[in-house]
Amino acid sequence: MTESHIPNMQEGNDGGPDAHLAHHFSSPAQQYDAARLGMWIFLMTEILFFGGLFCAYAVYRANNPQIFVDGHRFLDKPLGAANTVLLIFSSLTMALAVRAVQLGRRRWLVGLLAITILCGLAFLGVKAIEYKHKWDHRMVPGQARIAYWFSRGETSEPLKKFQPDEAYVKERLAQAGFEDLDQAEYDQRVKHLGTYMGIYFSLTGLHALHVVAGIVAISWILVGAVRDRFGSNYFTPVDLGGLYWHLVDMIWIYLFPLLYLIH
Amino acid sequence: MDMMVSSPTPPKSYLVDPPGLRSWLLTRDHKRIGLMFLAVISASLALGATFALLIRTELTFPGPTIVSTGHIYNRLFTLHGTIMIFLFIIPSMPASLGNFVLPLMLGAKDVAFPRLNLASLYLYVGGLIFFLLVLVLGGVDTGWTFYAPYSTSTAAPVVLAVVGVFILGFSSIFTGINFLVTIHTMRPPGMGWFRMPLFLWALYGTAIIQVLATPILAITLLLLAVERTVGIGIFDPALGGDPILFQHFFWFYSHPAVYIMILPAMGIVTEVICVFSRKHIFGYKFIAYSSLAIALIGFLVWGHHMFVSGQSPLVGMIFSALTFAVAIPSAIKVFNWLATMYKGSIGLAPPMCFSLMFIALFGIGGLTGLFLGSLVTNVHVHDTAFVVAHFHYTMAGGALMGFLAGLYYWWPKMTGRMYNLAQGQISAVLIFVGFNFTYFPQFIVGSRGMPRRYFDYTRLLDTHPEFTFYQILSTAGGFLFVGGLVMVAFVLLRSLFVGRKAPANPWGAATLEWQCSSPPPHENPPAPANVGDCYVFDDFCFDESAQGYVKVP
Ligand SMILES: [Cu+2]
Repeated sequence: MTESHIPNMQEGNDGGPDAHLAHHFSSPAQQYDAARLGMWIFLMTEILFFGGLFCAYAVYRANNPQIFVDGHRFLDKPLGAANTVLLIFSSLTMALAVRAVQLGRRRWLVGLLAITILCGLAFLGVKAIEYKHKWDHRMVPGQARIAYWFSRGETSEPLKKFQPDEAYVKERLAQAGFEDLDQAEYDQRVKHLGTYMGIYFSLTGLHALHVVAGIVAISWILVGAVRDRFGSNYFTPVDLGGLYWHLVDMIWIYLFPLLYLIH
Repeated sequence: MDMMVSSPTPPKSYLVDPPGLRSWLLTRDHKRIGLMFLAVISASLALGATFALLIRTELTFPGPTIVSTGHIYNRLFTLHGTIMIFLFIIPSMPASLGNFVLPLMLGAKDVAFPRLNLASLYLYVGGLIFFLLVLVLGGVDTGWTFYAPYSTSTAAPVVLAVVGVFILGFSSIFTGINFLVTIHTMRPPGMGWFRMPLFLWALYGTAIIQVLATPILAITLLLLAVERTVGIGIFDPALGGDPILFQHFFWFYSHPAVYIMILPAMGIVTEVICVFSRKHIFGYKFIAYSSLAIALIGFLVWGHHMFVSGQSPLVGMIFSALTFAVAIPSAIKVFNWLATMYKGSIGLAPPMCFSLMFIALFGIGGLTGLFLGSLVTNVHVHDTAFVVAHFHYTMAGGALMGFLAGLYYWWPKMTGRMYNLAQGQISAVLIFVGFNFTYFPQFIVGSRGMPRRYFDYTRLLDTHPEFTFYQILSTAGGFLFVGGLVMVAFVLLRSLFVGRKAPANPWGAATLEWQCSSPPPHENPPAPANVGDCYVFDDFCFDESAQGYVKVP
């Protein structure tokens, strides 16, 4: 679909100086190719960036599967599923937005971009609810420290230690058939649970930051769309924003089963 | 000079067009960005060299010499290492010389994303500021490798340093993306892949590594910072983490990173050797493909830094074998350079002096690398001065010499001034002698058991009384080496004031950047319709009146 519009852009070039053509490119097609290749390479660096964390995940899961089997019981599957639906739907609206701009339908473009942004915001809202639950049960690694920084307490900084709500953890483990754990075994499991939550918060936190970045980028594109900067002969930013948003979506599609649905 | 008069209206150079400080700070011209990179990178080199001299001075005599405790010494070598690696060598050739030369050589008007290029410069400056903050706060003491769990528990400002490296990483990634996209999409019609000068192949390989390896460093350091501040149990064994995982992550970046440092130097040496032998490159495709081979195999050898970390013997053997494999493409390049020089008419201008030094020193560095890459000898020399000597023969003897060769080579093009060639040659001799006196003794003491990162070696003297002699030799060499670097700065800066105007093509090179005026005009000249072979020098004759080479039709 995209390629079929490149000749369109070249026609624009023949008709006179193209306002969107930077001085160092010889044609809009070259400029478009360069922008897309640059974006793909950037997405590759993003995948590798997350790849480090996925690698850590794989190492701990292979060496100590119990960490993950215990860990996923503390995540909220319905909320995770809701977020998955939200992001997949927003990817659809983003893809339709790219199509709309290629066809020159500005009002569709504006509407679809706005829906995409709203879905992203809703995703973050759900994520915030999940994080709040974790916080309430003291399931955040280093929670005592984080609370201390915000309280400006006069005592010394607490040690780095994972100390979740003991009654809550025991109740959840009992539901999974691990009742009457002795103290040594409980401590061991909690330590591992700390690593799991560390990986969970690193992966989802980093992903959430990318969602924020995506929302900012799409909002900027939306402003451009409202001001009628894009059309069927120039839509590179919409195209690139779409690529980025799909990547953010894809990463979540891996995170959801890997973190929430394992057994 | 007459040539300048003969051309009707010489276009204004990029140095003065457009005028004004503001136009420099907001420029998107790759030539100006390259030149500004050169300035800040040289400042970092001076800073790193200062710490090197402090380290050398401390080691001259057994026992405390100028620092009172090991804690201060730890900070000295950490700052030396981090500054030299992240602030100097990694960006040295791609971001400064590469930025300046790549579009000109290619026949493009600029890099693909000029704004990203400028952002890369400012990110670099941002990273530099973080390092200066670290310096003001007393420095870090983890070594440049930031190994956990020490780095997650020491009182030093590790997070600041790590954030600095993180920012520098983005600077490096932006340069890499720019180079890859420029070479892929902006080659003019006549410039096929195998018409490209080999320096561009080297930059292409470098950019691949920059783009693929740096994100791993970024995530590693980010996790390290989080581990240190709140504790997520990934690297810290007290929290259930695995410090060996940190080492794997770190070296997965840092071994490929040494090829970020050495590949562009090899590219520069390739260009210089052809031009100053007046001979066509021997085995163009072998050199081009060996750059790619180094970039790819370089990703598979990181475990050779961890032979004594407790990784399984099988993994150790595989990494060892792959390490030997990566030596092959480097050797291919060396033999091709030698074959190129064979029966050439060799001129010994400063760029060529440094290129020859590169071959000699990198040869020693590469061959001693094989002792480190084989499992048994590695255990013997692990964490000794032998490693330090090997590393500096490849990085200072290789990358730094390549950088200086390129600097002397393109200086007339960048500034429009010729430096005094004899003075340049003297600086080369000083550096060569100083370098070998600095590092060769470290091979000897290292193989006899002198550990690295010791500031006091009094207790080793019982069994090795000769160590003091070698250390004195090494320190004396170090001062001579840095003296040579100061002389390079003197020779080049002096040329700005008293140097004669540079001709368009002082060395008789055939690559495109030499076919425009020195310094080039603001707007890069368009590429010729037919890009010829850039290693054929027969068409270029020395013209007395222009004091440079001109093309004879
Ligand atoms: Cu290595």
